[in-house]
Amino acid sequence: MMKRIVQFGLLVLLLAHGTCPFFLRGEDGNPFVSDNPFQIKNRIDEILVESLRRKNMEPAPLCRDEIFVRRVYLDVIGTLPTAQEVLAFLEDTGTDKRSRLINTLLERDEFADYWAMKWSDLLRVKAEFPVNLWPNGAVTYYRWIHQSIRSNKPYNQFVRELLTTDGSNFREGASNFYRAVTARDPETLAETVAQTFLGYQTASWPEAKQKELTVFFSRIGYKETAQWKEEIVFWTHQPLDSQDVVFPDGTKGTVLPDQDPRQVFTDWLVSPDNSAFHRAIANRIWYWLFGYGLVDPDHIRDDQPPVHPELLDYLSRELAEAGYDLKHLSRLILNSAAYQQSSLSRKDTGTEVVWFASYPIRRLEAEVLQDALSQVFNVPVSYQSEVPEPFTNIPARYRTISLPDTSVTNTFLETFGRTTRDTGLETDRNNNITESQQLFLLNSTEVNTWIQKFVANRRINGQVFNGQRSSDRRQLLDDIWLTILSRRPTQAELNLVAEEFRDRTGNQEQTLQDLVWALLNSREFLCKH
Amino acid sequence: MAGNRRNFLKQTGLGILGLPFIGDSFYHRLSYADSSVLPESGRTKSGKAKSVIQIWMWGGPSHLDTFDPKPGAGRDYCGTWDKPIATNVPGIEISQSLPMLAGCADLYAIVRGMTHGSFQHETASYLMQTGHQPGDGLVYPCLGAVVSKIKGHDAGYDLPVPPYVVLTTSQGRFSESGFLGTKYKPFVTGGDPNQSPFLVSGYVVEGMTEERQEHRRSLLNSLDIFGKVHHENQWVGEVGTARSNAYRLLQGDAVKIFNLDTEPEKIREEYGRNWFGQSCLTARRLVQKGVPYITINYRGWDTHKRHFETLGRRQAEWDRGLSTLLKELGHLGLLETTIVWWGGEFGRTPKIGWDSPWFGGRGHFGRCFNVVLAGGGFQGGRVVGVTDKTGENIVSRPVYPQDLLGSIYQMLGIHPDSPMPNEKGIHVPMMPPASDMGRLTEIMG
Repeated sequence: MMKRIVQFGLLVLLLAHGTCPFFLRGEDGNPFVSDNPFQIKNRIDEILVESLRRKNMEPAPLCRDEIFVRRVYLDVIGTLPTAQEVLAFLEDTGTDKRSRLINTLLERDEFADYWAMKWSDLLRVKAEFPVNLWPNGAVTYYRWIHQSIRSNKPYNQFVRELLTTDGSNFREGASNFYRAVTARDPETLAETVAQTFLGYQTASWPEAKQKELTVFFSRIGYKETAQWKEEIVFWTHQPLDSQDVVFPDGTKGTVLPDQDPRQVFTDWLVSPDNSAFHRAIANRIWYWLFGYGLVDPDHIRDDQPPVHPELLDYLSRELAEAGYDLKHLSRLILNSAAYQQSSLSRKDTGTEVVWFASYPIRRLEAEVLQDALSQVFNVPVSYQSEVPEPFTNIPARYRTISLPDTSVTNTFLETFGRTTRDTGLETDRNNNITESQQLFLLNSTEVNTWIQKFVANRRINGQVFNGQRSSDRRQLLDDIWLTILSRRPTQAELNLVAEEFRDRTGNQEQTLQDLVWALLNSREFLCKH
Repeated sequence: MAGNRRNFLKQTGLGILGLPFIGDSFYHRLSYADSSVLPESGRTKSGKAKSVIQIWMWGGPSHLDTFDPKPGAGRDYCGTWDKPIATNVPGIEISQSLPMLAGCADLYAIVRGMTHGSFQHETASYLMQTGHQPGDGLVYPCLGAVVSKIKGHDAGYDLPVPPYVVLTTSQGRFSESGFLGTKYKPFVTGGDPNQSPFLVSGYVVEGMTEERQEHRRSLLNSLDIFGKVHHENQWVGEVGTARSNAYRLLQGDAVKIFNLDTEPEKIREEYGRNWFGQSCLTARRLVQKGVPYITINYRGWDTHKRHFETLGRRQAEWDRGLSTLLKELGHLGLLETTIVWWGGEFGRTPKIGWDSPWFGGRGHFGRCFNVVLAGGGFQGGRVVGVTDKTGENIVSRPVYPQDLLGSIYQMLGIHPDSPMPNEKGIHVPMMPPASDMGRLTEIMG
């Protein structure tokens, strides 16, 4: 502890006197230290600042443009910006360029791909074990999800369709909701609905309350057809034992004998008065953009207040008033100074990030990292399912974030902890850092081969580096840095490169490979920051 | 089923509170996580096995054409393979395609009464590798992940090779580590042990020198500005730790362990100069070093079509590899502490499909099939269970996945009825209760 304080003190001192090591100086273009003050941009910021003030905290400065561009690409479209995209943004002199970029990204095809991936995690789109949707069912389900996101279907309608669609798993995508479970008893279905749309863990409820919820899902039937692995989901029309029902918030209702209990439940669920419904989704969107929820999205409960209660209240009201427009909510968050904070908090005591007084650093998700590597090194990845019923082949032009089904996978994705889609919990995705992952990045034939090609493709007139004109050399380095780290090299980094080439004149190709390797293995590349 | 889990969850009062990475500490700091205490791993004193080599016959090998031949069943069941051969244990006969294994039947036990009734790869694989029935809302870890949890890093394991190694490609089908999480997933080697060098992902890169490796490391150190600027950040610290650990692995003996070129050529030939033989040899080297769980993921046994052509081409390869492995483990005195487990997710239909499109094929068959167990205290030269004259039904001694896996756990000194250790506060036993016939006590020393 003492050591930490001393180190921190030293850092402050060094920054103040401008005598710190090159990597900590702001003036030579170190992009991580920002002088942009936190400016209130919308209501989110007002609430955040006020809430932080009560805790004696201040938000972090706004991040610099090169940090913002990389971050917003990764968070909104799950895709690394190309060198050209970074440059276009940096060269844009408009004062509203961040908002314009946000709007552009929200309309990109990859937005639908990336957010469909998140939804498919929650809705357990998986052909194989343990949910067993089967390949055709999984793809039909995925297409419905993707199309819903692409058209920005209002969230209340999206949920209504999921909860009330009957029909064939091969034709009606949303009908797969009740098939994407590990068991089909009404208890499991009820648990799944509560977890997915309300963030409730009903296992901790009193038994009587669990039973009240289960009733709504007790009249769902499944039948096979003559087509292999096709299945029809339907309402059995069998009346409930009692017309009187109780909703999870304790209000009472009635299910008439000719009414589908799921419809009655859904009417209650998506009603504008049901704040639990909008709070759960508002928190989830926050979770998706920050990596952490204002509450634990997998387990919302009364005895655990949100980090900034007024903020969650505001976001959920805003969503309901905007007609459940999820893009509107994302846009609001992305445009806030809260989202655009630096990942370096003002006083790094380790607790700022918990209160969103800085932007949380976390690893790129498995699929996003795979696509980022694929883009940087220009190596397409293609996927085949291991299961021959029927074989699925995904051509290399499809990105990993657009894979419909987690049964189609590879060793990389497994090593980097892609979601198993076993439980539908956010924590099903494992963003842990492991030795196996590090071994792959530090020392694998794959990575080495990519780097060799990357460097070989950048020769100019057959020259690797030293023989080139100085302007070409600078351009080459800019391109490498922009492609991998989405920023230009700092002066200190340029000096270091020059030193490398001076000291190791023997094999320039290897020198450049080693530099690329180091950038790839830097923590800056591996995370959202 | 689901009800059972609900009861377990109720005991904890919370259910599966899986919290995200960093989130773990993130939420802990806000104190809204539960403080469930990890149960004990439930080691027993009786088991003497230290390692397992699992030869996973991906796709499901035919029981009739391996260790349960049915010569009297006629051409529709045997094809032309109707002359089983005697082994060196009187009374035990196996397929005519496995002459070398016939010469060492005293080293292994054949379990002919395996059953679970599932005819689908994914469910059957899950059953055979976890011992649990699907459908209770949890996805259990497979045996290798559990061993990695109990005998791996959490228990002070400190070898330069991860505790759970898969040769050479991942199994797929289901998540091996189940609810235990990524940390307990296997290390998948990639590469081909029959090539020189065996390019083990993360360990061996062609043309990479130690000197260059060192230079890269120092270069990374100077260039990782982000890491330095954010040195107080917890995530940044965790990557740093994982990186140092990876370097420790990379610069340790692991590279030597995977270097098969140091084996005498004669030994390499005995195992067979092919992927499977050299995988067996690699497994033996890993066991010698003390790696507790190795899976050889041996693909290509889902022989719906032209079954006999495929087997005619491939049986000799594993007949040689497996028999050499068993004999060599015996000579080295390692068989007593090493369980070798051969088998797939199910067997194959005894009745042959002669017509188009099968042309002599066998389908999936989960009603009865066989596995082989050797070493680690399991008695060799034994047969457990009897199937009928066509190999379609069990006549005596059915063995269910939980009996088989429970027996292996027991031999490893892990009590199958103890709670499954995990960090999520899920309270479930390691294995479901054994079936009526129980674990394989008849061959357990």
